[in-house]
Amino acid sequence: MTTTLIWTIGILAGLGLLLSVILFFIAKQFKVEEDPRIDEVEKVMPGANCGGCGFAGCRAFADSAVKAPNLDNHYCPVGGDPVMKQVAAILGYEVKAKAPMVAVVRCNGSCANRPRTNIYDGAQTCKIKAALYAGDTACPFGCLGCGDCVAACQFGALSMDPKTGLPVVDEQKCTACGACVKACPKSIIELRNKGPRGMRVFVSCVNKDKGVVARKACSAACIGCGKCAKVCAHEAITVENNLAYIDFNKCKLCRKCVAECPTGAIHDINFPKPLMPKKEENNG
Amino acid sequence: MAKITFQIGGVHPDDSKIARNRAIEVLPLPQTVYVSMAQHLGAPAKPVVAVGDHVKVGTVLAEPGGFISAFVHSPVSGTVKKIEPRKDIAGNNVPHIEIAVEGDEWEEGIDLSDTLVREIPTDRVAVLDKIKACGVVGLGGATFPTHVKLNPAPGSKAECLLLNGAECEPYLTSDFRIMLERSSEIVVGAAIMQMVLGGCPCKICIEENKPEAIKAMSEAVAELGYKDIEVVTLKKKYPQGGEKQLIAAVMKRQVGSGALPISVGAVVQNVATALAVYEAVQKNKPLITNTLTITGDCIPEEKQHNYLFRIGMPLSYIAEQAGGVPENAAKLISGGPMMGKAIANIDAATVKGSSSILYLSEAATKRGEESFCIRCGRCAQACPMGLEPFLLRRLYAAGDLEGLEKNAVQDCIECGCCLYSCPANIPLLDNIRMAKGQVMGVIRARAAAAKVAAEAAKAAESAAK
Repeated sequence: MTTTLIWTIGILAGLGLLLSVILFFIAKQFKVEEDPRIDEVEKVMPGANCGGCGFAGCRAFADSAVKAPNLDNHYCPVGGDPVMKQVAAILGYEVKAKAPMVAVVRCNGSCANRPRTNIYDGAQTCKIKAALYAGDTACPFGCLGCGDCVAACQFGALSMDPKTGLPVVDEQKCTACGACVKACPKSIIELRNKGPRGMRVFVSCVNKDKGVVARKACSAACIGCGKCAKVCAHEAITVENNLAYIDFNKCKLCRKCVAECPTGAIHDINFPKPLMPKKEENNG
Repeated sequence: MAKITFQIGGVHPDDSKIARNRAIEVLPLPQTVYVSMAQHLGAPAKPVVAVGDHVKVGTVLAEPGGFISAFVHSPVSGTVKKIEPRKDIAGNNVPHIEIAVEGDEWEEGIDLSDTLVREIPTDRVAVLDKIKACGVVGLGGATFPTHVKLNPAPGSKAECLLLNGAECEPYLTSDFRIMLERSSEIVVGAAIMQMVLGGCPCKICIEENKPEAIKAMSEAVAELGYKDIEVVTLKKKYPQGGEKQLIAAVMKRQVGSGALPISVGAVVQNVATALAVYEAVQKNKPLITNTLTITGDCIPEEKQHNYLFRIGMPLSYIAEQAGGVPENAAKLISGGPMMGKAIANIDAATVKGSSSILYLSEAATKRGEESFCIRCGRCAQACPMGLEPFLLRRLYAAGDLEGLEKNAVQDCIECGCCLYSCPANIPLLDNIRMAKGQVMGVIRARAAAAKVAAEAAKAAESAAK
């Protein structure tokens, strides 16, 4: 009995010792020289592996950043400027500060604003629904409401509002990785500047139909009347294909357009107090 | 007569041909028609008229926008009011030409008489040009330009022309009615296509549930006495009207993966296309009318109709002529219940390929609650292309494009047999259709890249010389 035990322990210990010696030499012989800075960069990264930077994950980003001549094509939207400053410090590069971004849902076609014209009971994903037809309302541009964006978000920043049937962005959690932008077959979600103290103005509509058609389909649609563009003193608003768009780099947040818009398609959010009492429903 | 059918898969839905005894009626003209520029497979047509122009019936409205494209003619006489995007049945914006109807004045040269022109022209090129100029497209569903299909690439030879009168979709009766009422014209149309294809034999394929059509067509064939045309009776099975299934049933040949029917020597044309070819070649009449069935399980037989409509009439207008949309209709479908498209917008205009307005009750169309796949294999048994739908769906969920291509998702004909047979109500076809789209994109990109590489190699070679 005891001899069996001793033999067993002895053989296993001997085998372990032998293998460790072999492994030691193999490790020495085939050592891969890797830039130690890759590990350092990876350590300061958020580690979410979301792919928002355009690379396969944080490690791939670090690897590419170390090899790149500058950091122009490398930016981690999740970590933002603080992380990029650390990365730049490790690599000895300069990094341009970027304004923090946030995902913005440009559709206000809630159940109240946009009546349903038909019932969809096919597979419940926006992708399949969009391939089949224009949607269960008369607006062929608006949100389909099956929540592909919610499923795509790794940070739990998106949720469907059961009342409106539209996705809602949690600004605290949104990292502007852009996964929802890619997931939306209707290209409704856009990454926009977060703005000072989160204040921003945007057109919450992507309908390119003529004003009459758009208005008939949805009471909160942009009808392309161009009043906002006329009133804007900063030339931030362009109207193309019956749709207004506000350039967030030019917008000075004066909110004249918000007051001018006849359908309430322009939203201002996170401003200290509402411009007009009736604009309380602006939940983005 | 031995009854034949295809061997792989297939399902047997109840055929519900309720409107079969309703003779074809001609619809009165509406006040306005909307002619779509995208009513055929391929590139949309380019308008050649301007707002304010006066057009007659048969005036060319638009010319082909590419090799695979077709002419579009005016179905009415009147004034062009607008050329702008309008919503199609799916609710998507498509350019339309809006014409205000004034009178019913036809272009000169169009023969409006009922006399049957039996002599088959012999100039192949002239006939093909005429078919092209008259905007004839396949009326079996895919609306593929007919002149392209009747002109196989050099090196391939047509051995058999299959005239598709299977009409395997439940409810639809428009092909059945034209086979009864216009049988001689269809046979002449078939003889014309036979001549264009170099004199190959022609088989008119009809399912056994249409004995009257089989009789009428056989009589017409015997009476007209053209060479090598015969009527073939098929066992009833869906999707017999699919090109590849029809070839398998009649010619006992399998079309390879990714190949066209011509690779096994077959050309398949719908009976309605044969009628359009007859009218184009013998009567000089462009494709501006087609037959459409108003049917469904929501309306009694006396409210069901087979209509001869002018292309561009809004669906809502036709529905109104037939007594309006029934209140108990839960779903409106354009086309058959298996492959047709749901009508999301009843104001949409009819197109060349419109074949029905189908009113189905909630009981007939409501999807059951989805549950889990138990690997019963019914979908694989039902698939007429021999695919494994349950596997394709799982591969799509995993995003495995390579696996999807290996398992031939690109061969799916979207017939819906898998969805029809699934006891767990899994939306198989919805997923497979998406997967097919993605894989086709990959295959096309690869082909384009190969073409560019081949051209670059050629250029380099000639430069070296």
